[in-house]
Amino acid sequence: MGMHVIKMPDLGEGIAEVEVVAWRVQPGDAVVEDQILADVMTDKATVEIPSPVHGTVVALGGKVGESLAVGAELIRLEVEGAGNAPDKPAAGAPQPASSVSASSSAAPAADEPADLPHGFVPEPARLAEGAASVAQAAPAAKAPAAAPSRPAAMPQRDRAPARTPARTPAPALRAAGEKPLAAPAVRKRAWDMGIELQYVAGSGPAGRITHADLDAHMAGHRAGYGASHDDRYAELDGEEAVPVIGLRRKIAEKMQLAKRNIPHFTYVEEVDVTELEALRGQLNARYGEERGKITLLPLLMRAVVLAIRKYPEVNARYDDQAGVVTRYQAVHLGIATQTDAGLMVPVVRHAEARDPWASAAEIARLADAARHGKAARDELSGSTITITSLGALGGIVSTPVINHPEVAIVGVNRIVDRPMIRNGGMVARKLMNLSSSFDHRVIDGMVAAEFIQTVRGYLESPATLFVE
Amino acid sequence: MALNTEHTTLLVIGGGPGGYIAAIRAGQLGIPTVLVEGAELGGTCLNIGCIPSKALIHASEAFHQASSHAGESPLGIRASTPTIDVRQTVAWKDGIVKRLTGGVGALLKKNGVKVVRGWAQIVDGKTVDVQTGDDTLRLRCEHLLLATGSVPVELPFMPFGGNVVSSTEALAPSSLPEHMVVVGAGYIGLELGIAYRKLGARVTIVEAAGRVLPAYDDELVRPVAASLKRLGIDLHLESSVLGLMEDGRGVLMRNGGGEEVALEADRVLVAVGRRPRTEGFGLDGLLLDMNGRFVRVDNQCRTSMRNVWAIGDVTGEPMLAHRAMAQGEMVAEIVAGKRRHFTPAAIPAVCFTDPEVVVVGTTPQEAAQLGLDVISASFPFSANGRAMTLESTDGFVRVVARKDNHVIVGWQAVGGAVSELSTAFVQSIEMGAQLEDVAGTIHAHPTLGEAVQEAALRALGHALHI
Repeated sequence: MGMHVIKMPDLGEGIAEVEVVAWRVQPGDAVVEDQILADVMTDKATVEIPSPVHGTVVALGGKVGESLAVGAELIRLEVEGAGNAPDKPAAGAPQPASSVSASSSAAPAADEPADLPHGFVPEPARLAEGAASVAQAAPAAKAPAAAPSRPAAMPQRDRAPARTPARTPAPALRAAGEKPLAAPAVRKRAWDMGIELQYVAGSGPAGRITHADLDAHMAGHRAGYGASHDDRYAELDGEEAVPVIGLRRKIAEKMQLAKRNIPHFTYVEEVDVTELEALRGQLNARYGEERGKITLLPLLMRAVVLAIRKYPEVNARYDDQAGVVTRYQAVHLGIATQTDAGLMVPVVRHAEARDPWASAAEIARLADAARHGKAARDELSGSTITITSLGALGGIVSTPVINHPEVAIVGVNRIVDRPMIRNGGMVARKLMNLSSSFDHRVIDGMVAAEFIQTVRGYLESPATLFVE
Repeated sequence: MALNTEHTTLLVIGGGPGGYIAAIRAGQLGIPTVLVEGAELGGTCLNIGCIPSKALIHASEAFHQASSHAGESPLGIRASTPTIDVRQTVAWKDGIVKRLTGGVGALLKKNGVKVVRGWAQIVDGKTVDVQTGDDTLRLRCEHLLLATGSVPVELPFMPFGGNVVSSTEALAPSSLPEHMVVVGAGYIGLELGIAYRKLGARVTIVEAAGRVLPAYDDELVRPVAASLKRLGIDLHLESSVLGLMEDGRGVLMRNGGGEEVALEADRVLVAVGRRPRTEGFGLDGLLLDMNGRFVRVDNQCRTSMRNVWAIGDVTGEPMLAHRAMAQGEMVAEIVAGKRRHFTPAAIPAVCFTDPEVVVVGTTPQEAAQLGLDVISASFPFSANGRAMTLESTDGFVRVVARKDNHVIVGWQAVGGAVSELSTAFVQSIEMGAQLEDVAGTIHAHPTLGEAVQEAALRALGHALHI
């Protein structure tokens, strides 16, 4: 004779306690399978609890009107065979309702865990299914209302583990302590490849490790076991040596010269170009036909020219060998230009003497010449200050490299619409950053900042570009 | 006295099979290598071991064969009683040795190895002094390889000298003894005892254990014991030699019954084993971890001191030339930056007794001790045609394989010329062969090798010729 304990099932709805509303049996009563033992009640429904087994009632878990925790012992039956519980009544602590599931077993000989379907982990979230299995054990009885459609879930879960391995069966690894079996050539190759044969599955007779197994092991390490071959994630080992020659080498040398010799001081300021853009639009609308459309660049060039009048120290070349900074009255403006061959800096000579349309025309001519490799040497040298712009790719901030031996470079970032506060209200404005670098050996931060602020002043009040 | 210093990458102490192979391989791999040898190149193996003993065994067998035809020969050969000039035999043997040691020297030279003649004295793990004439050559190296080999064990109460000889002297006799007592029935004592017997000497073997070749199992040893009896060699088992008789004309022995017996003898060969050569060259100064009397090494032949390596007999059993060679090759490759380990599936061992004995891998007894479930089967040479035509039907080939997957774990054989079968044995084990692999391989007929296939077939339950 053994003890069979039925625990308060989880009736769903997140309920922790269930009230016993009626006992249909009393201690000493003989009960048969499927006989209703008790009525229990949740907020919403009254549920009949059937007996999954034949037996005799030994003890009731509580009085009518008492609330029992889900998982607490509801009733204890003495049954033929081993039962599912120790003879002593267990402490009233709530237990997973999996034991209810155990109660569904026709021959409850094994311990609770053994009754669980393989892979079925008892946890609170599954308690409802435990209740469902009670219903399963009592097919004639009304299923507990809370779990009307669940019974099918259990057998499915039962089958699941058998279905999971959909991959190719890997060759078995050997038992612990067993030496890997491999021919000397395979062993040597494994050493050369840095593979411990111990961890290589052997596909040959008696688990012999072959060269193919080594290959598979390495492939497995690259792709992970069971991963199918996927070109998108193929490991690539090719490399290409690109000689740094011609213009590329010139650029490399120039950049290295600049970065090695010049302590760069980079200064970023945002410029409200709403009005400048409006003016540009008007100019292009009015004169675009006859003079050609202008970009922002010629207007910036003019602003730089005007600011240089006040800060001539930035329009200079520093011969650090001789220890002389040469300032120029002429503004020969280098315009950093991307070509297929690489970065080039054609020079707009005497920018101070050109109006925006003339500047625009000269930029267009020089850029075209540079891109087609037709720029003359003097069109690519002799600049006194440089402007660099990546246009729409300008980004938020850049750290321009000074065009040695100049002492300043003005970088243009992209124009974006931003909400700004003007006169206490939020307005949409066009904002553009200027990221500029200066040779700190000869330009102090203060001068650099004042120069850029002056440029900004011209750009934000575009009339000043023309009215002096 | 001048002190010259030279630098090298690999310094090998000892020009035996382990040392010279290591040096040749290192040379092949472009490692600057110096080999120090105080005696002849080739070590024990070429000079006073494997090769000369095989030469002597061959000569004794030829003489024995010729003698067997002097009377009534079943082969129908009629020959007059032959005689042997042992000095000439030794000279012939010396010729072979000289050719081989000269060959080693040439190989070393070809591979750019500098050979320094003289006895090495270890100063520290990277420095070795070699006395060359009046000068001392100081060699400094990055890697020091100890390949100093082993020497015959001496009995404290009966030191070598006079009529008491070691294998070294026994391999270069100036005359044949009337009666030689061999102390020790291991493979060295048996090989030489049988050879001397075949050369015409009376031979008595004294062994403390209960049978000859105590390292091997009874079944394997039985044909050898029968052969000793047939050859007329007196065998005293469970007996021990107490020392030389007072007049020096023999030894005192306590036999199995506990009685002291005098054995008159004009030569006593002490062959009670070999011990590693670890003394006399400053090895103790390195304070290396030892494994008993041997230098302790790991499976890459590293000693406890970084970049000090040891191979061969000085590192332990089995003290076999081919083990030392494999280790030497490996160390050279490791020094060259390759990843190598000394993990052979099996190391073959051969006794050139009559009949020969080969043991490779696991015996049935060892399998039982290891708890390995095996099947084993033997095929007797009495059922092999080729063996009959060689008048050598004693013995058998035995295979040992795992019961679960039929992977062969051991081969043993005893019989005439079975030493050459060791190649097939060890190769099948290294390749991880199963019984079916050997059983399914066509073996040439008529050869002794057919017994190999038949043993595998028999283990599978369907031998064809028995």
